[in-house]
Amino acid sequence: MLKRTHHLAILGVGLLTLGLLNLPEPLEARVKSAIGAAFLPLFGLRAAANSVVDRAAYQALPRSTLVDNLLRLERENAELRAAALQATDLLAENQRLRAAIGAAPRGPWRPRLARVVGREPTTWWRTLQINLGSRDGLAADQVVVSGTGLVGRVSQAGLTHSRVALVGDAECGVSVVVHETRDLGIIKPGQTLSGDGGLVELTLMQNCPAIMAGQTVTTSGLGGVFPAGLPVGTIVDTRNDAGNVFTTARVRLTAQLNRLEEVWVLQP
Amino acid sequence: MNRSTLLFLALAVWLSAFAQTQFAALREWMSVPVALGPSLVCYAALTQGPGAAFGLALLGGLLSDALSSAPLGSGIPGPFLLALTLHLQRHLILRDQRFAQFWIGLGAGVGVPLLTLATLALTRAEPVTGAFTVLQLLGLGLVNGLACPAVFALFDLLHRAFDYRPLASTSFRPDRETVRGRQFRPR
Repeated sequence: MLKRTHHLAILGVGLLTLGLLNLPEPLEARVKSAIGAAFLPLFGLRAAANSVVDRAAYQALPRSTLVDNLLRLERENAELRAAALQATDLLAENQRLRAAIGAAPRGPWRPRLARVVGREPTTWWRTLQINLGSRDGLAADQVVVSGTGLVGRVSQAGLTHSRVALVGDAECGVSVVVHETRDLGIIKPGQTLSGDGGLVELTLMQNCPAIMAGQTVTTSGLGGVFPAGLPVGTIVDTRNDAGNVFTTARVRLTAQLNRLEEVWVLQP
Repeated sequence: MNRSTLLFLALAVWLSAFAQTQFAALREWMSVPVALGPSLVCYAALTQGPGAAFGLALLGGLLSDALSSAPLGSGIPGPFLLALTLHLQRHLILRDQRFAQFWIGLGAGVGVPLLTLATLALTRAEPVTGAFTVLQLLGLGLVNGLACPAVFALFDLLHRAFDYRPLASTSFRPDRETVRGRQFRPR
């Protein structure tokens, strides 16, 4: 039987839940940030443990492996320097051409390395936490990439940590273009039967018979958050809706979202 | 009054909320995070008072929401309703039996996320759900079904180690004391 205490508890928790669910977004972010501060010691401990493990692993590496790695990195560095020289030239040419046609100049991004310190605690959102926050210059809507492709965008920047909404989450719709056919589409949240975070759904703006498996998908630059040309993924399969009006495709993301350890935040 | 069990439970809820965001390899293998919150709420509801059980449910929901993309408050009703139901029915539950603990944990592991999803359905949030969500719920149920007996064993151990031992009762009853002598006056 329900006693008076139970009635009071139900009423109290009901009111609290309703109050919290109806908080304005900025206030909700602040309250979340304040409660999340309770985990700062644990995040700190995790970072310290990672650092100890990394150092121990470096000490255990044989000298020959280190020399091999050094040589490989030196080679890679030389190649990247050559590519950067070419890119600088192309950037200057691009800026000249954009000025000639009166388009707004596109400034280069400042990539900032961040470490992934936590993942989404539930199964129905796709987010992760990184170890940079507003004190490091991070702000909402900054683009996050990995070495292989688009990861998502900063959805909430706390003081020391930020939450990143991954591609395929409701908070991270991405306007994309199929590279080979130039068809435009939107990556929307959608869970495939496999539950694989690496697969997302792409809804194209129209029926596109030329779309096929193996074609690459990149950001279109529309929408104002993601710059154009960032690799997103590869089409796995396609299907048309019942009225044959839209084409939907499953896309395998190039970035392995489940295994990310480090990401780059592109700061303007 | 010794409140060490309650303190340990609060600590475990805090650690469990953090653990849900960690162990990437394990969660990739199982397709579900290591979420032990429902098992801890079960233990609190079946062994502690209503205040402690409801408080822990509230704490777990808030801590989990703070680390998640979910709207703040959506994680509260699930654990709270679980705590309330178990607390009201605790005289009927064989809480010392391992098989009962397993089934309670399994039910809680499935029920709490389901209630959270139901709460989310009342808001404007768009959780990523699909056919695989059913398997994920079963996975969460199984994790909690296996964890629940372990939680009971661990906290019973901690309770025995840190709480006051109950006083041994004697057979002496003052109302049955035979009082003899001239000063005897019936009570």
